[in-house]
Amino acid sequence: MNKSSPVLELKGVGRSFGGLIAVNSVDLEVAAGSITSIIGPNGAGKTTLFNVISGLYAPTRGEIMLNGVVLATPDHKTEREALVWAAVAVTGSVLGAVAGLAIDAPAGLAGVGAIVSSGGILLAAVARPSWYTRLCSRLGIRRSARPNDVVFLGVARTFQNIRLFKEMSALENVMVGTHARTEVGLFDALLNTRRFRQTESASETQALTLLEAVGLQKQANVAAKNLAYGDQRKLEVARALASQPKLLLLDEPAAGMNPAETEQMIELIKSIRDKFGVTVVLIEHDMRVVMGISEKIAVLDHGEKIAEGTPLEIRSNPRVIEAYLGRGAATGA
Amino acid sequence: MVSPLAWAKRNSVLLWVAAVAIAFFLAVPPVQFVNALTLGAIYALIALGYTMVYGIVELINFAHGDVFMLGTFVSLSILIDVMGVTGPITNPLQLAVVLIFILAVTMGLMGAVGFLIEKLAYRPLRNAPKLAPLITAIGVSFILQNIVQLWKGPYKTNFPQFFPMDAALMFGSVRIGLINVLVIAVALILMIALQLFITRSKTGRAMRATALDPTAAALMGVNIDATISRTFVIGAAIAGAGSVMFGLYLGITDFSIGFLAGLKAFTAAVVGGIGNTLGAALGAFTIGFTEVGATVAGFSRWKDAIVFILLVAFLTFRPNGILGSDSSDRA
Repeated sequence: MNKSSPVLELKGVGRSFGGLIAVNSVDLEVAAGSITSIIGPNGAGKTTLFNVISGLYAPTRGEIMLNGVVLATPDHKTEREALVWAAVAVTGSVLGAVAGLAIDAPAGLAGVGAIVSSGGILLAAVARPSWYTRLCSRLGIRRSARPNDVVFLGVARTFQNIRLFKEMSALENVMVGTHARTEVGLFDALLNTRRFRQTESASETQALTLLEAVGLQKQANVAAKNLAYGDQRKLEVARALASQPKLLLLDEPAAGMNPAETEQMIELIKSIRDKFGVTVVLIEHDMRVVMGISEKIAVLDHGEKIAEGTPLEIRSNPRVIEAYLGRGAATGA
Repeated sequence: MVSPLAWAKRNSVLLWVAAVAIAFFLAVPPVQFVNALTLGAIYALIALGYTMVYGIVELINFAHGDVFMLGTFVSLSILIDVMGVTGPITNPLQLAVVLIFILAVTMGLMGAVGFLIEKLAYRPLRNAPKLAPLITAIGVSFILQNIVQLWKGPYKTNFPQFFPMDAALMFGSVRIGLINVLVIAVALILMIALQLFITRSKTGRAMRATALDPTAAALMGVNIDATISRTFVIGAAIAGAGSVMFGLYLGITDFSIGFLAGLKAFTAAVVGGIGNTLGAALGAFTIGFTEVGATVAGFSRWKDAIVFILLVAFLTFRPNGILGSDSSDRA
């Protein structure tokens, strides 16, 4: 891939909740293979931005591109979709009635037409085949990608408050992460087909490799809730990597860790970037982490990006100091 | 060295099963013991759907009992109107073919019904307050009952008993009906298959992940809508198998059986620890034993009341059920 083309591109992305503007028009480019930090005071909109990128919320303005493909966009004229369904159902029943007139049984056939056509369009709306999405986009209907689509397109994340599947083993947690990359259906599992068995064992091998990469191979069968705090954070990283992401979003990976654990996490993030070739974007409060590994830092405050640059530039930027410490500190008064 | 108390705690399930089973085996005649197992097996087939749906969306799906009721009518119509089966079939090969066919078709159709109910009634309310889907579930239950009344009338309807009811296995002097063996075997096979499916397969893992944390599951690439939909389909399909077994065993059905069967299955799910599939099966057998025990003791008119007293007792003293976890949010 061309090193200069951005993996992730945010163009004027904003998200408001009612009257509250959590993120307001953020522009950001993340270069392939880089490590970028997003910092800012509490409530600056960092996690909201992550939630928008990972598809949990649709943005209310702007656009997010992943490798040049639109990932997130404000929901646009989605109410038209219901009109499409109604139109198809009405057309179906009219066609049924017309066909019925020809053979002297209009009422029944109209019903059959209505049921068949509305059932068909309902199925299409559920399964969303490509022709259906194309039809929607031609009618000006746009939907933001949903979380599972975002994962499929190559974005994975971890959480500020650890959100492992507590009752499952470490291995199973990572295997859930492989979900987006395996192709087995319900019937494969029910009939225990060869494809099902092969995929399952492949997922397991992959999950074990990832556990080894984060140093948890010995705890593979321990329930996630029984792991040490630092190990839980590492497990979250392994689980995120299981979906083979191009872009990894880490939400405060070193929160609550002691200095030794933080050091390990820094090494882990670097080694992951090198070993798996992923681009990393992280939110972090711990300046040792931020200054230690970032190639670029973006600073958010009150939902706006107030600065962007290398660690050195950020450290001496007066607006950043002001945001963190207040006005007096910036002017030196 | 493991202390006996710790061992007992870890294996409380095993001890529970052993205690109940041995107590009943000693207390009631063997025939009644088998009847209790059969009844428990039918309740288990219904309770599994209840508990799976609760586990994943925390909805007590009151329409589930009526899906079971609809299943009895769908299977009897297919048997009578499509296949022309009305009386006992003596040829074993033919019997097996009819049995497998009717099970597969009923399970498939009920799965489709479960899919539609979830799609049309519950999905639009996914993010609504918990009470809204609960009331919708009661509404769906009424709709299903009324559909069946319109279709078949409000009468008791005979289920074609194509399975030879007088066939039996003899163990010494103890006579066990082949029908009992069939019902218990079908239930056990489905329960084991379900348990393997949930613990070993990708979809099962996605279901457990969604039950534990839907948001995190979605952000790990699990399609939550599809997973929830599949849960409803599987639950309803297993209830469909329960319908066929119920019809064959009791030979009669009407539009209102879903209510009581649903409540009993719900009780089974609560007794076992709602949200837990293994628990639902244990709870169902507990209820089967309770009912038959009440009958043997001469309280057959009171058997339903005794079952619901059991429900109240569990809700009061052990709301997490036999296998329930300690976390209070699951109760």
